[in-house]
Amino acid sequence: MIFSAMVAQNVAFWVIAVAMLYAGLRVVTTRNVVHAALYLVVVLAGAAALFLLLGSEFVGITQVLIYIGAIIVLFLFGIMLTRAPMGKEKSLDHPRKLPALLAAVIVGGVTIYSVLDYFGDEQLPRESRTTTREVADSIFSEYIIAFEAVSVLLLAALIGAIVVARKE
Amino acid sequence: MIAVLSSAPSAVGVLADLSYWQQTVIKAGVVAVVIPTAALILGYVFLLKMMSFVQSRLGPMEAGPHGTLQLLADGLKFLQKEDIFPEKSDRFVFAAAPVMVLVSTFLLYVALPVGPDAVVSDLDAGVFYVLAVSSLSVVGILMAGWASANKYALIGGLRAAGQLIAYELPLVLAVVGVIIQAGTLNLQGIVLAQANGEIFGWGAIGFPYIFTQFAGFLIFLIAIQAELTQPPFDMPVAESEIVGGYQVEYTGFRFLFFFMGEFGTAFVFAGIASVLFLGGWYVPGFDVDSNWLNLLGPIVMLVKIMAVSFLVFWFRFTYPRFREDQLQKLAWKVLIPVALANIVITGILKVAV
Repeated sequence: MIFSAMVAQNVAFWVIAVAMLYAGLRVVTTRNVVHAALYLVVVLAGAAALFLLLGSEFVGITQVLIYIGAIIVLFLFGIMLTRAPMGKEKSLDHPRKLPALLAAVIVGGVTIYSVLDYFGDEQLPRESRTTTREVADSIFSEYIIAFEAVSVLLLAALIGAIVVARKE
Repeated sequence: MIAVLSSAPSAVGVLADLSYWQQTVIKAGVVAVVIPTAALILGYVFLLKMMSFVQSRLGPMEAGPHGTLQLLADGLKFLQKEDIFPEKSDRFVFAAAPVMVLVSTFLLYVALPVGPDAVVSDLDAGVFYVLAVSSLSVVGILMAGWASANKYALIGGLRAAGQLIAYELPLVLAVVGVIIQAGTLNLQGIVLAQANGEIFGWGAIGFPYIFTQFAGFLIFLIAIQAELTQPPFDMPVAESEIVGGYQVEYTGFRFLFFFMGEFGTAFVFAGIASVLFLGGWYVPGFDVDSNWLNLLGPIVMLVKIMAVSFLVFWFRFTYPRFREDQLQKLAWKVLIPVALANIVITGILKVAV
């Protein structure tokens, strides 16, 4: 029973991971800016699915609510409000491909190295379900300082946006 | 009746014995059957009959007794229609958009509880999940507006996105009051909290949160009406100015998808409102985990859903369309401040009492 559950989890992981990789590549290679945003939806939905697979229901749902429901919608809204070209677009390319590739490789390498270096062969416990109550308790006890700091930062950003947007 | 009752627990037991993928197939099948049925019920009772009576006419009378089969006939008509893609449209995105809207509706039904065991998936963060997946339909609507390669469709899509973003906030904030009172995000937990509650020590009917969260209930109703882009919030599909908005290029079954998405979502949002504010599937006088409630719960929920839908459609047939600025003003200057005040007051009372 445990074995079959493990197989199912692995299959699900690989299906999601391959879809995410493909969509991630398409985000940067597609010649249509709306398509790029829609491929990004697939990547973010995949990330949410991976969180669910790890038993972090709250984080997975937050991923959907914030990233797909708000940020992607804002992206699409902004693109369509300014220009929404159909078909391929020649100008949607960047001349400095090599530095971009280099930066991507370095960031990816550092992330992978640090994760492997920290966790090594350590595995999450099989029954690792994080309930919303636990998340809430840890935010409001252990991480209360960080939480308050983020709230103040967001408030500052909000006020800043209003100040910038005001005409006078 | 007794035979049915004794079979009710075993039905739940049988389902639990099945393997995960068998359960999933059955549950997906149930949801896939419920959505069109819900859309048909709401469409017939409210869109065809109630609107007709409000406007002093009879409505459809020919197909079936009192026009009961009218929507089925309409559905058949839609299926026979030619499947047209506009010449310059983006074919894949154009075809995917209505599916995206319907997927959002589909996912909403997963979390709706209609009995102690009668729920497709009892999610730990149920309310939060509902709010998250309901926002997926915006992406579908923006896709439809853009891929149609039509300026009316694009304007409609933009209006829809602006409206849906604006009204998602009051929707979320209106729910927070209930969450504070119940102390849980779980939809079953919210039903149980209301069932076990007492009104000044009188616990005969439990404690439906509409009594303390009436402001939240009103804001929730207004916000779901805006989320459904129904009149008076139908700027995105205003047929007299932008000829149907993002739906303008859709024909046949693709248009049917949008229709089913709208009415299916109306049904499930009415259900969520009944769970949050009206006590959900609980029937006073029963034990909260008695098997009777697995039978009576769905019936009680249907009655409550129809009552809430009645209010929603009553607004729909009564008020003229909002202008874009009035629409945004209502959301940002009235609903959100009231919802925030409601949260603060509920929080203070929760701690103080």
